[in-house]
Amino acid sequence: MRNKIKNIDNKAFLLYMTIVLFIIMYSIGIIMFGNKGFQKPQVFLNLFISNAGLIVIATGMTMVIISGGIDISVGSFVALTCMVLAWMMEKGNMNAVSSIIVIMLMGLVFGLVQGILIAYLNIQPFIVTLAGMFFARGMTAIISQEMISIKNETFLAWANNKITIPLFGIVNKKGVTVYPYIYPTVIAALIILVIMFILLKYTKFGRSVYAVGGNEQSALLLGLNVKSIKLKVYILNGLLCSIGGFLFCLNTCAGFVEQAKGFEMEAIAGSVIGGTLLTGGVGNVFGSLFGVLIKGTIEAFVSFQGTLSSWWTKIIIATILAFFIVLQSILAMSKKEQK
Amino acid sequence: MSKRGLGLFVSAIMLTMLALTGCGGGAKAPEESKAVESSAEQKSEEAKTEESKQAKEKIVVGYAQVGAESDWRTANTESFKSTFVPENGYELIFNDAQQKQENQIKAIRDFIQQEVDYIVLAPVVETGWDTVLQEAKDAGIPVILSDRMIKTSDDSLYTALVCGDFIKEGETAGHWLEDYIKLKGKNHDEKINIVTLQGTIGASAQVGRTDGFANILAKNSNWNMLAKQTGEFTQSKGQEVMESFLKQFDDIDVVVAENDNMAFGAIDAIKAAGKTCGPEGEITVISYDAVKAAFDAMIAGDLNASIECSPLHGPRVAEIIQKLEKGETVEKIQYVDESYFDTSMDLEKIKSERAY
Repeated sequence: MRNKIKNIDNKAFLLYMTIVLFIIMYSIGIIMFGNKGFQKPQVFLNLFISNAGLIVIATGMTMVIISGGIDISVGSFVALTCMVLAWMMEKGNMNAVSSIIVIMLMGLVFGLVQGILIAYLNIQPFIVTLAGMFFARGMTAIISQEMISIKNETFLAWANNKITIPLFGIVNKKGVTVYPYIYPTVIAALIILVIMFILLKYTKFGRSVYAVGGNEQSALLLGLNVKSIKLKVYILNGLLCSIGGFLFCLNTCAGFVEQAKGFEMEAIAGSVIGGTLLTGGVGNVFGSLFGVLIKGTIEAFVSFQGTLSSWWTKIIIATILAFFIVLQSILAMSKKEQK
Repeated sequence: MSKRGLGLFVSAIMLTMLALTGCGGGAKAPEESKAVESSAEQKSEEAKTEESKQAKEKIVVGYAQVGAESDWRTANTESFKSTFVPENGYELIFNDAQQKQENQIKAIRDFIQQEVDYIVLAPVVETGWDTVLQEAKDAGIPVILSDRMIKTSDDSLYTALVCGDFIKEGETAGHWLEDYIKLKGKNHDEKINIVTLQGTIGASAQVGRTDGFANILAKNSNWNMLAKQTGEFTQSKGQEVMESFLKQFDDIDVVVAENDNMAFGAIDAIKAAGKTCGPEGEITVISYDAVKAAFDAMIAGDLNASIECSPLHGPRVAEIIQKLEKGETVEKIQYVDESYFDTSMDLEKIKSERAY
């Protein structure tokens, strides 16, 4: 019993670490760049605006990693989603709503195929999704090598639908009062995050995902249908990827073969920094949110600093990632010793 | 034991974090202590207002650059970094987008929050800027585009565009060829057979250079364009296309390559076919961009001329900003000054002086 409490503490500890790290980093930003406007509420909101798609993708990635798998096809799939959306609306003259339904179906099918290969044919998730990654990027280029820009009025209206918060208005030096604002993408991302949190934490399906990832053998002995759970995880992840791709597309309004390169790695990094164990069984989607926000904060740092090479973002992320992985393995070791 | 180990580890982390925050706080500490000391309060306040005055006088420019993919791009970055220096009354905030549009969008949002006076954008891609440029417009920050045009339904989203005039480059190439033929003392009636290695079809550089050269071609009745085909701006494709040209036609006088790399490929193809090129050879080779390697090719006597595509946009953008500061209106599209280089010039000297 005591050990159990200790374990929970360890899991929560990783999450708290992430949140504390985020708060510390953000405070450092305010102290260092306060004179440049880092303390403005909009800087914080921009973290969500710029990363709305990534938050959804990272949420799906967290679920996949908790189940003991991995999905490296998400970046390419986001590019494919944007391209298909752009192609359907611009070349196929479809309306925005039906285009989105099509890409969501596409996400489900993509997840279904990957899920069957992984769950029922027992192929390594890394290999299956590697193939998925090449396939999606290739298909994107097949549809069009040229960039397709979206001019669909409904879609652009969604993209430009700035939601102004009539509080904390700041008069800038041009004498214009600027109110904080967000886009609908932010609200959508946060709603999905909450749904996924509830799904993973409070439903039978969610608990089964943790069980399968924690120890597949015991999950089997418990009478769980491991294969079907894994399949569902990949199908759901496919759906989340298509939604994430749609949110990403609202930010760029175009389909292009080079889009979202390395997105999968950012999602994995976000999950790991957020306390998800790569071995499976442990993780929390809110941790991943903070993982993504930490990445965004570092980008804002580099951008506010103004002279640093933007590649420093990657180096700092690498350092934090290494730190969290070491932390995880130390926690895992201490857990074993206790047993 | 393990518990103690964990405890030790946690405290180590806490210490690191304390140190981190300590570092960050260090910058603010003197300010705070000043504020506490009542006697020094006034002084520090005065200093502060003076500081902010100075900061106000400086024009803050945020530059969202594409990346560092080529020598041309690096020279473009350097041009901005050397123009917008504190000595000239500027503060430059530079952001390298690593060829990703999403990074540029983020950078522009950060620039808006930093309340820069001007945003300069070298767009990675043509579309998808409406939302973020509208945000800049709402905040009252003018946006100046560098190098590439954007596609937007609302022209008021940007104040000006600074770019190379590709049509003029094409015409410069044509004029250079006119002069060169005169210099060679060729008969006016003698037919001049030309082939063109085009860039990626549809790229603004390809369209402008092809059209510009065609303008001059139309004026010279003895010029004969044998063939035009794309070499996609790459050396290997340029070589391939040139090989097929050489098989098709045995009397090519002039090759126009729409960038330097394709010209290098063409030179290899000409040599492989047992022909000669350059000022001393049978075939005249003209190219565009004038990168360093083009100078080497001219010095080696393989390339006749290269028309410059200047990356030095910094001074022109500064000029626009100065005009806007005075409240003057500026022209929407502005071209940078460009010239050409050929083997009659002191290439070694020019090459050593050039930024790229």
